[in-house]
Amino acid sequence: MVDAGKWWTLPVAPALLLGFAVLAVAGKTALDDRGAGRSVTPVGVLRPLLAVPRALVAQPRRLPASDRLLWRLGVVTVPVAAVLSTLVIPFGNHVVADLSVGVVWFNAMEVLTWAGLWLAGWGPNAAFSLVGGYRFLAQGLAYELPLMFALISAATGAQSLRVTDIAGAQHGLWYAVWMPFAFAVHLTGVLAFSFLGPFAYPAGRDIADGVLGETSGVDRLLLRAGRWLWLAAGAAMAVPLFLGGGAGPGLPAWAWSLVKTVLVLGLLVWVLRRLPALRADRYVELAWVVLLPAAIVQVLVPALVDLGP
Amino acid sequence: MGVTNTVLLWVLGVLALTGGVLVFTLNSMARVAFSLLGCLVCVGGVVTVLGLPYLGVVIVLMMVMEMVIMAVFMIAYMMNPAGLMPMSMVHNTRGALVISGAVLAALVAGIFLVPWPGRTGARPKDSTFQLGMSLMADQMLTMVTLGFVLLATMVGATVLATRRGRYDRFGDELDRRPAEDPAGGGVGR
Amino acid sequence: MTFELLLVLAAGLFSTGLYGALSQQSIVMIMMGIELMTGGVVVAAAVFWSFLSPGASGGQVLVVAAVLAMAVEMAMGFAVTTAIYRARRVDMADMAEDLKG
Repeated sequence: MVDAGKWWTLPVAPALLLGFAVLAVAGKTALDDRGAGRSVTPVGVLRPLLAVPRALVAQPRRLPASDRLLWRLGVVTVPVAAVLSTLVIPFGNHVVADLSVGVVWFNAMEVLTWAGLWLAGWGPNAAFSLVGGYRFLAQGLAYELPLMFALISAATGAQSLRVTDIAGAQHGLWYAVWMPFAFAVHLTGVLAFSFLGPFAYPAGRDIADGVLGETSGVDRLLLRAGRWLWLAAGAAMAVPLFLGGGAGPGLPAWAWSLVKTVLVLGLLVWVLRRLPALRADRYVELAWVVLLPAAIVQVLVPALVDLGP
Repeated sequence: MGVTNTVLLWVLGVLALTGGVLVFTLNSMARVAFSLLGCLVCVGGVVTVLGLPYLGVVIVLMMVMEMVIMAVFMIAYMMNPAGLMPMSMVHNTRGALVISGAVLAALVAGIFLVPWPGRTGARPKDSTFQLGMSLMADQMLTMVTLGFVLLATMVGATVLATRRGRYDRFGDELDRRPAEDPAGGGVGR
Repeated sequence: MTFELLLVLAAGLFSTGLYGALSQQSIVMIMMGIELMTGGVVVAAAVFWSFLSPGASGGQVLVVAAVLAMAVEMAMGFAVTTAIYRARRVDMADMAEDLKG
């Protein structure tokens, strides 16, 4: 049923991810335009893409005693990890690499962002950047454990770590329906690891853009693209984990995957504009005292259901 | 073991050893932490190639988190984190070199002299499944012990690392609400 | 031959870590040495599982135990470092010699 590892999936998966990321940026601009009372036009919503040529010709910023190697490494890690995470995400009936430990792979790639962002904060030898990197770690310690349990909930329900198995195990009843809490925690985690909206704290305005602050040119482009790529990857992962993957009536599987991913992405973009920024010290207590126990209870639900007949 | 796997093992092995040596030769603490991370990620890769994908990827996941936290502590405690002013932080290098060299020689001699038995048993279809079944069945006691070790670590590490007790938070009569904390939490306890 | 070479890799990681743990002064660096040593144990356990008895799960469980030891070692190590740093601004093993017993 699922075709794994066709050669053409390898270039298509990153292109698709990039397409979703651009769509998310365009959607956010459209909502911004509407909020500001401007008319929403196709050219207008693609305005943020002008940053790409601008970044490519921008003069790089040089800083005294910066750690160029680690800085570059961190900046590159964020988008690359986002692309690598999509290897295991099925789109319709196709997946690049149907790993038997797909869920763990996605999680490991997402954790690579920790290292990437901390390095991006450390590299430039600037205080606000480093504060931004530390802020992401504090935020990471808060969102990571509930997110892990949310992923494990879906894996427990399907009794498999293979993402295509999880998508296939949801006959008729999506995991989002009977594990709504895990779904919500996953979406929160997506916003958190793409440090957008309420979780934009590591790149907050109060610390002059934090991890993004000292970057310039291509570096800045890569980091900012990394955020949206991660948002798109997280939304795409929610579809096989909680929304039944490509299953649906009438349309072919790829079309259902497309529709569901766009809907999740739209929801995330809408939410990230509506919520205020969360401080990590406040979120960490909420995450550990409320979300984490609730997430563990959520894992118990599929575990007990699986025990049954 | 195919050619691809052998090549992968060689590359990962050499990278792991290089990373390990760099840990004790570099000056910058951030670079030290991340060369150790590179080394341990390569270890995870070796474990994956050897047929244990779950453990390999989990090692990568855990080591990234561990090393990033470690980098934070290193920079907090060490006096020269960026290595901008190289300084020596070692003692008794000669003795350490002799001891570790002797250990290495003994281990290598053992590796090549011991008559290793042949392979017994076939590879399971899914090594993750084998691990899970064994941890939840005949190795249950190991699992329970490890769980208690982790719990004890969490409690012990928190007690050791924190300066404030409940009397600092809730007052001498333990009746101050909300608690007096240096940073207020999100749920207002 | 791959089997022996992989074990040499494990031995190399272990010895490098041992050198670091013995020669470094800073507690954090000593912990890095111990992490490397445990990394060697992980490699050795995986190699033994793969080449000697893939049918039994003992090697895998050993890997789990070693990885867990790494986590525990780091958590307790940083807790102790934090405690001693807070008590007397010390982060070097040589300055805490009176704890030798």
